Amino acid sequence: MGKNKPAASRADRAVEALLRVAGLSTIGMVVLIFVFLLQQGLPVFFRVPLRDFLGTRWYPTEGYYGALPLILGSLLVTVVAVVVAVPLGICTAVFVRELAPGWVRELLKPAIEVLAGIPSVVLGFLGMTVIAPWVRTTLGAPTGLTALTGAVILAYMALPTIISVAEDALDAVPKSLRDASLAMGATRWQTIWKVTVPAARSGIVTAIMLGMGRAIGETMAVMMVTGNAARMPLTADSLFRPVRTITATIAAEMGEVANGSTHYQALFALGILLFLVTFLINLTAASAIFAKRRQGGLR
Amino acid sequence: MSLDALDRATMIDVQHVDFFYGTRQALADVSAEITEHRITALIGPSGCGKSTFLRCLNRMNDTIPGARLQGQVLLDGQSIYTPHTDVVSLRRRVGMVFQRPNPFPQSVFDNVAFGPRVVGTDRNIDLSQVVEASLKAVDLWDEVKDNLRQDALRLSLGQQQRLCIARVLAVKPQVILMDEPCSALDPISTLKIEELMRMLEREYTIVIVTHNMQQAARVSDYTGFFWLDAQRSGVLVEFDDTAAIFTRPQDARTEDYITGRFG
Repeated sequence: MGKNKPAASRADRAVEALLRVAGLSTIGMVVLIFVFLLQQGLPVFFRVPLRDFLGTRWYPTEGYYGALPLILGSLLVTVVAVVVAVPLGICTAVFVRELAPGWVRELLKPAIEVLAGIPSVVLGFLGMTVIAPWVRTTLGAPTGLTALTGAVILAYMALPTIISVAEDALDAVPKSLRDASLAMGATRWQTIWKVTVPAARSGIVTAIMLGMGRAIGETMAVMMVTGNAARMPLTADSLFRPVRTITATIAAEMGEVANGSTHYQALFALGILLFLVTFLINLTAASAIFAKRRQGGLR
Repeated sequence: MSLDALDRATMIDVQHVDFFYGTRQALADVSAEITEHRITALIGPSGCGKSTFLRCLNRMNDTIPGARLQGQVLLDGQSIYTPHTDVVSLRRRVGMVFQRPNPFPQSVFDNVAFGPRVVGTDRNIDLSQVVEASLKAVDLWDEVKDNLRQDALRLSLGQQQRLCIARVLAVKPQVILMDEPCSALDPISTLKIEELMRMLEREYTIVIVTHNMQQAARVSDYTGFFWLDAQRSGVLVEFDDTAAIFTRPQDARTEDYITGRFG
């Protein structure tokens, strides 16, 4: 026994050190990635002034590096996706948590998780073969590969996140609040919309932010269904025209640029922008969670 | 029954109620008359069906899957267990205060206004007037009037419980059910709630479940004593004037319980 003791504590220390390294290296990776992005991307601003970088023409082979159409393209697709996904996601979460009978809930929850696991390429197939023709024939767009098609696919990709986080938030609302409302003569409907959902609102905001973060960073499906034309989506019919997002641009062009060229650096600059935006979105979502934890319990 | 009962109407008449959670019988053949404008206390050990009985009176047990009731419960002479009974309007007439204070995570004002706003039918109601009157009725107005917009969860537990009572009053019920309303509170807050009940008695009929026999003796006019029968179902052993229950109980079990020989 006496012999084992120091050995065991040495093993303890070794495991502890290993875990610490594993934990810290995650943070280290994030920092390194960001530093790498900055190092590769920032020099573009010595060659392309910021004003030109925010210009309206993205035509790298001719020396035009105006990223505004791409930024607005990402914005348009993401915002429309969120507008589609949020009401759908919240209503589904309310249905799953508050209204569905037990066996339906047991069926729905794994189904939603499966939806989250579908590879984005597969959703891209669905978008190209089902949604795109529908957009073209039913809505009369010149091509089916439009911002709307991308937004619908993105909405479906963001849905599982929104549903499961919102459902957790609803689940964390104490039963006593529902009881209080029902005991006052509120209907089940009134209890849901006036008590339960408001009590879960910060969790629901988190759900929306996380869904949005998922949408804005998505690449593959978007590249397959949005048509990838770098045009300024400023006309009223832009939703029914092709757009090109930041992510699709990076994925499509990165393989063809010369290492260290202006084009290469411009793509990295787009990467920095994307990184910052998703970081901000996730930070907002996390701060909502932390604020609620301090008050005792995530709701 | 006492002389007092003769000139006061029965508010709730419970006749031969059996109550089941699935196959387990929680109440067996319980009958009682709740007198209007009086405080009725229900005492007894844990798990003997006091709270279940209380929740039968506003049909809150309906929210529990598998719950079933046999027998009659009459409110103002009308059965509340018919297929046509509007449970929502029943609960507006029979309000409830819970064991732990459960204000909504909203402002003090919104908590009290919830009833008139969400549940109420009167669209032209003066909300701020209702809120003020309800908060004054529970003696909370002076403590919160300067900051009605503050989060209700920032109040002390005792204040929260009075807020919950004010929230019920704002719906103008006839009966208020209280399920151990002081069990989470300190002695001073408890005393405040008890004083409050004495004030509310003039306008409302109150039924209170309590673990605390002194509390029953202090505040109530009538007392019912619940106990478990041989099948582990709750039965109402004795129901009488509070004074009678505590000075000359008729049943040996009541006497043993109130003198502290068990429980």
